[in-house]
Amino acid sequence: MTAPTAPTTIDSDEVFTVEVGGTTFELVCGLEVHAELATATKMFSGAPNRFGDEPNTNVDPVTLGLPGTLPVVNERAIELAIRFGLAVGAEIRPSVFARKNYFYPDMPKDFQISQYDQPIVVDGSIELPGGHVVGLERAHLEEDTGKSTHVGGDGRITGAEYSLVDYNRAGVPLLEIVSRPHVRTPEQARQYVAELRAVLVAAGVSDGKMEEGSLRVDANVSVRPVGTDALGTRCEIKNLNSLRSLGRAIEYEARRQADLIAVGERVEQQTRHWDEDSGRTSKMRSKEEADDYRYFPEPDLLPVTPDPAWIDAIGAALPPMPAARRQAVADAAGVVLPDETVALIVERGQDSQALDAITAGADAARVLVHVSQNLAGEGGASVAPDRLAALIALETSGALTATQAKAVLAEMVGSDATPEEIAAAKGFEAMDTGALEAMVDEVIAAHPDEWETFRTGDDKARGKLTGFFVGQVMRASRGQADGKAVTDLLRRRSGA
Amino acid sequence: MGESFISAREVAAGVRAGEWTARHVADEHLAAVAERDGEIHAFLHVDPDAVRAAADRIDAAVAAGDDPGPLAGVPVALKDNLCTRGVPTTCASRILEGWRPPYDATVVERLVAAGAVVVGKTNLDEFAMGSSTENSAFGPTRNPLDPSRVPGGSSGGSAAAVAAGFAPLALGSDTGGSIRQPAALCGVVGLKPTYGRVSRHGLVAFASSLDQIGPFTRSVADAALALDVIGGHDPLDATSSPSPQPDHLAAVDSGVDGLRVGVLSEMLDMDGVAPEVVARVREAAEALAAAGAEVVEVSVPAVIYGLSAYYLIAPAEASSNLARFDGVRYGLRVDAPTTNEMMVATRTRGFGPEVKRRIMLGTYALSAGYYDAFYGQAQRVRTLIARDFAAAYERVDVLLSPTSPTTAFAFGDKTADPLTMYLNDVCTIPSNLSGDPAISVPFGTGGDDLPVGVQVMGPALAETDLLRTAAVLEGAAP
Repeated sequence: MTAPTAPTTIDSDEVFTVEVGGTTFELVCGLEVHAELATATKMFSGAPNRFGDEPNTNVDPVTLGLPGTLPVVNERAIELAIRFGLAVGAEIRPSVFARKNYFYPDMPKDFQISQYDQPIVVDGSIELPGGHVVGLERAHLEEDTGKSTHVGGDGRITGAEYSLVDYNRAGVPLLEIVSRPHVRTPEQARQYVAELRAVLVAAGVSDGKMEEGSLRVDANVSVRPVGTDALGTRCEIKNLNSLRSLGRAIEYEARRQADLIAVGERVEQQTRHWDEDSGRTSKMRSKEEADDYRYFPEPDLLPVTPDPAWIDAIGAALPPMPAARRQAVADAAGVVLPDETVALIVERGQDSQALDAITAGADAARVLVHVSQNLAGEGGASVAPDRLAALIALETSGALTATQAKAVLAEMVGSDATPEEIAAAKGFEAMDTGALEAMVDEVIAAHPDEWETFRTGDDKARGKLTGFFVGQVMRASRGQADGKAVTDLLRRRSGA
Repeated sequence: MGESFISAREVAAGVRAGEWTARHVADEHLAAVAERDGEIHAFLHVDPDAVRAAADRIDAAVAAGDDPGPLAGVPVALKDNLCTRGVPTTCASRILEGWRPPYDATVVERLVAAGAVVVGKTNLDEFAMGSSTENSAFGPTRNPLDPSRVPGGSSGGSAAAVAAGFAPLALGSDTGGSIRQPAALCGVVGLKPTYGRVSRHGLVAFASSLDQIGPFTRSVADAALALDVIGGHDPLDATSSPSPQPDHLAAVDSGVDGLRVGVLSEMLDMDGVAPEVVARVREAAEALAAAGAEVVEVSVPAVIYGLSAYYLIAPAEASSNLARFDGVRYGLRVDAPTTNEMMVATRTRGFGPEVKRRIMLGTYALSAGYYDAFYGQAQRVRTLIARDFAAAYERVDVLLSPTSPTTAFAFGDKTADPLTMYLNDVCTIPSNLSGDPAISVPFGTGGDDLPVGVQVMGPALAETDLLRTAAVLEGAAP
């Protein structure tokens, strides 16, 4: 609904391009995300806001738009919108609800109450785990529509035999979050939605469940020849139900538009529908066919002017957002961002586990590996940081090999036993150097051809065979050997 | 029929004191309805058994030693755009025929909680759009004072019910004069409170920023009592005023000594205002001066643009408010092959010509490219009118004007040309645009022996000043 008027400033060189007929086109994309707010009741009435109930049970006279009913703003929805705005560094402004008028059976009043020219959240940004920053133009509050099921025909209202409407969703509070056209690759689009979701969940604004429709994404896609500044005509892509669909659809649409321009045709401003099965977008309607929504200020509601003290209190109670949490982990671990391991740990919400283990004195590199790889499964997050630190201390001192440590850690999940107790029960003890050397020599003797290749081969061959020999020694030692020590021994024996 | 003309206060006092029963009062009023409403057609719905049952509950409370409240046993008539739980609410439109709301309007809840007995639902111009009740889909209401004349509108049924003695109290809604103009034409008191003073929850909206519910009564004191009961903040209406209500009834008899009264000059000079109406307004001013008020002539220049601004704002809001009548969820549905065609067929058959005219006007006024020139400009005029009124209220406490340019007119007189009909509200519309309160009180008659109403206007929440001014006029009326 909003024209991309802002300059397309970007802070990354990464841009998705399509080459057609000698011209290289680059992608310019903005995203509109509708997030259902995690309120107990609806945007303008006391009916429950709950997913998955029997159709038409979470309704009241306001939800159904019965004659004589009036909307009353849900204060909690305002608070959540403010939380989001503060979480993305945006400005919180006095806002005005308007009526967006159009006829559709799943809209009980045949108008939608939505903030239009005076949204509550203006001008924020989101930093992606990969380092790219996407500007946010605005976020505004509105009410959701009901859900139609068209029976017969192709599933759309036209040609349907009959239609069923469930008004449980009608009136559910939505925050529509409009990005600036700063998304330049399909991967950035996926990262943006994932990061936005993480922010919404961290701030308690939305449950962020794409599969339940709590998070719905539309993409505004255009292309332009590399080296030009003017924005191309955009198309809005709907029905993007997963991050995978999002990336595929943007890529398809960019190619479609580039192909059109390359043969001298114009891109028509359209709303297009993504079909996941065929992997294509198809026209829903053109700009000319769009409704005139006849927006005007909602006369039944007063402007929303939150008290600055309230806004401050909401900000003060806000938990740290994913970007700040990534930075905290990176700082503690001495890692430079962007870093995939750090991003993963924060995404899974295990950053305090990692931070506390590091604070308890554990080796940071080992903490990141254990938390991101070995504690990723069920129950992994519940291993207390001091127990993790104790395990890593055994590893650092040489009392346990990396392999043994991993095995002990697996047992620690869901157990109260100390790492020492588990190691002892498993019969783990550090192999002495003499025993390890003897074992390596046995393995070398048993594989003379491989050893000859290892000794005389190039780096690639050596690399391959290092894995082979380490594996043989591990098998012989039933996992008790330290892989790093074996590698060192092999190098020494080969005379390198 | 005598007892059916006593005031709401007398009815309640008698019921509370055990002088008579609510059942007796109900029977008297039902008898009046049975005798004369066939001719008048004030009501669209009366359920005598339900009325008697409600009255019996009041009597049982009294018998048990409980006080049913300040409106104990008072029969009230409700304009049929006020939602009543389980009782048909049609807005005098085919499109809502048969619909029974699952909830009561806040005003209905408050009336019933105060002991009132609902007599029935009254006729109106369809969706409150009109000034004569001739736009009802179920036939017009006749003026009880002269059945060859209209009762005014849009709340014509409520005005006629009070004038005919069917109830001492009725509620109407006033978007551009729809309480005050029919009150004037039927010779009763009609009060439009300040926008936000009375909750609109349960009032089927015509123009949300202008609509306000108010009482019809045969005395000013009854109007004050009714406002005391129905007014005050309601969390179900976001535009409802949070400021506490004064005791309006207690202020009614405090006189006008020292009150500054302005005669609104533009409204005496307007085209179409009958000379005898102007004469009554001037006599009313003299009566107030005689009672101790300081009377001056005051100009509120922007009021002459009120009608034009109103006929952009009200239809614009109506076009949106009436969109929900689409045949999908309730009311009339005219079947057709597709959903869209069903909606078109339903609205084509369900709405009358005046409603369609205003929906089209409003849709146009809000269209892309026209919004600023029409709706935007009208809102600027509205601001101007409010500012001019505010300036006048720095000099005077209340303003005086005609309510309606003429006395009650004959059926068909103004139906041929919508603009002629719209001009009826030229004196009442400005108060809706400014959101300020206004009251119409009968003051003498015109040349045809039909009543003339004088309008008293005041700044926001100045209802007590309006009521005490109206009470003086009531006592001084020729």
